[in-house]
Amino acid sequence: MTHQVMVAEPVHDVPARQGKRRGDGWAAARYLTPTLLILGGLLGYPLYQLVLISLFDYGQEQASGGAPLEFLGLGNYQKLFGDPQFWTVLTQTVGFAAVCVIGTLAVGGALAVLASRVRAVPRMILFLAALGAWATPAVAGSTVWMFLFDTDFGLVNEVLVGLGFDGMANYSWTYDKFVAFGLVAAQVIWCSFPFVMVTLYAGIIAIPKEILEAASLDGASTARTVRTVILPLLRPLLVIVTIQSIIWDFKLFTQIYVMTGGGGVAGNNLVLNVYAYQKAFAASEYGMGSAIGVVMTVLLLAVTLVYLRALRRSGEPL
Amino acid sequence: MRLRRLLVIGALGTLALSGCAPVQSASQSSGTDEKSGTLRVWLFDEVNRAPKEAVVAEAVKEFEARNAGVKVDVQYIQIASRAERFKAAFSDAKSSPDVAEFGNTDLAGYVASGGFTDVTADVSAWPEGKDLDPSVLETGKVDGKVYGVPWFVGLRALYYRTDVFAELGVQPPKTIEEIAPLARRIRQAKPELYGISVGGKYTYAMLPFVWAAGGEIARQDNGKWSSTVDSSAARAGIARYTELLKDDICPPAQCAQNGGDASVQQFVSGKAAMTIGGNFNRQAVEAGAAKGKYAVVPLPGTAAGSVAPAFAGGNLLGVLKSTQRRTLAKDFMQLLGGKQYQEKLYRAMGNLPTFSDLQRTLGANDPFVKPFITTSEAGTRFVPATPAWAKIDAQAVLPNMIQQVITGAQPIDQASSAAAQLMNSAFTS
Repeated sequence: MTHQVMVAEPVHDVPARQGKRRGDGWAAARYLTPTLLILGGLLGYPLYQLVLISLFDYGQEQASGGAPLEFLGLGNYQKLFGDPQFWTVLTQTVGFAAVCVIGTLAVGGALAVLASRVRAVPRMILFLAALGAWATPAVAGSTVWMFLFDTDFGLVNEVLVGLGFDGMANYSWTYDKFVAFGLVAAQVIWCSFPFVMVTLYAGIIAIPKEILEAASLDGASTARTVRTVILPLLRPLLVIVTIQSIIWDFKLFTQIYVMTGGGGVAGNNLVLNVYAYQKAFAASEYGMGSAIGVVMTVLLLAVTLVYLRALRRSGEPL
Repeated sequence: MRLRRLLVIGALGTLALSGCAPVQSASQSSGTDEKSGTLRVWLFDEVNRAPKEAVVAEAVKEFEARNAGVKVDVQYIQIASRAERFKAAFSDAKSSPDVAEFGNTDLAGYVASGGFTDVTADVSAWPEGKDLDPSVLETGKVDGKVYGVPWFVGLRALYYRTDVFAELGVQPPKTIEEIAPLARRIRQAKPELYGISVGGKYTYAMLPFVWAAGGEIARQDNGKWSSTVDSSAARAGIARYTELLKDDICPPAQCAQNGGDASVQQFVSGKAAMTIGGNFNRQAVEAGAAKGKYAVVPLPGTAAGSVAPAFAGGNLLGVLKSTQRRTLAKDFMQLLGGKQYQEKLYRAMGNLPTFSDLQRTLGANDPFVKPFITTSEAGTRFVPATPAWAKIDAQAVLPNMIQQVITGAQPIDQASSAAAQLMNSAFTS
């Protein structure tokens, strides 16, 4: 197939490598040292502290030195897994993140294709609109959406009533659990599709014209070209934007916190991060909060690894 | 192989060096007492800050004139993010103020964190200190020690629209039982109005209902707190409050997510016939659609003529333990928290003073203040004075309970039992 042309197999000079092994190792170590130091400092140490704190009863009293530390072992985890609310929130988070990821990819992908097909002026307008959404800080974006969807004074309700939907007068968009999740998901998709769109657009226009021409000369249909030429070439980019989106949407905090007033009516709209904040950090139970953080990290690593393995199994190098 | 071994040894070394316990900061007391330099002060930001800022600026000017070489740096912090700000201040003396305003419900937690310094001796040596209302000073104490000067009291009472009541020919409720039927009747006659604007997150409006019914949210026995929010008296009070959050009074779809500010805001914008509002809401109400068309009465209790116990809210001024200018900090706390500036703040903001004599003179001259003074004299209550309260508050235990009930997700018995369980686990943790 056409895309195999692009992949150059690295040539290994095996005996030479073995002979120089030691020198190479030191050189590699020297090259890697700066990265290792930065990763160790910025990632390793916080992660180590996170795991450590999660094993203690560590609250504000302990942090500011007013009370002795108590080692709990896995006590925080036991308490967490024994809380039925945690499981509800976890399920909600997974479902909500899945909707956001799929929505973001669909909207971003569709608009990337659109951008690659239209003329310069409409494309520029599309990009300006997308970059506007992208550049808006999450808190500001969420607040603006809340103004638009306000129960009493919101533009959306006013327009809907004007269009004849009288039932929408004073309609509360954040009262019902699923309506509230839907509204937040729409906001999340709105502010995260530009990243997907810009990335995929760059990928699409980078596909050499000759390859597409060759495909059409071979008599491939549009669907076939997309399936066997364009998508495989975009694959590395798709992997990146999918993983990024999964990580972002799973860790979502601001939008839920701002738009549902800290987790919705009776905590209906809690997601893991807001739950961790409410249960643990706002209540100064840092040990418990860290335990939730560790669980989230492990879950995200697992999801990412499974995803990468599934991709590798399907036979495509990244 | 050697490289990998080196890396492992390095990593293990780092672990050993950093020790196997989370960091704890040392005791915060600085021990120094400088007499010049910059005195850092944190005050809360307000919706309409200008009048507060003007009074504070006056106090700063007076203080700087009195103490040569001292500069007072006032920062206004957001109430919503106060918890993070104070936690950071307690953990790191460099980012900490010398004097701070804080809510009395937060005090127990702050003291347990070792954030504020004991000022019992300073307050008793202070000539104005003896006039402080004893029940209000009680809200500044933990285990008998004073940790702050009460700066103002916040009490809530029943606001109602005089024009609506006159038009419908109804009288303000005489007992707490009368509120719901009256509110229902008003909404029936005027469907565009909420009968009474209260909210699913408005804990301080719910508490008087529980207290009036003879209930408590928690009880202390031998120093141990336990929740009583699932007692039958407390449940009766919760039932009376949640009855107001029904479609025929204040529909859950609109009111379930309202806290105190949002509930009062409905009254301010003319969408509610009654609300439970504080003396501190006066400016907002005066600036809104209800201006000149409202009056305030104490929230009635179960017997006609009685007053439902109100929550004694309010803010204190305290000195942080980490201060390097303890004397200056104490002096500024006593200046800004003294009678002169409390009276100025009352004139500027409507904040109720914490001095009994000042309360009496002001109450005699201002009909607006009178119902609040009556409420104060009838006896006020407070939330459990334990650090666990901050936890219960942060975890939104009581708002969640109210919301479970008004959305019909759980009956009162079940919701209050669940809340009691959560409270108890906070008390014992």
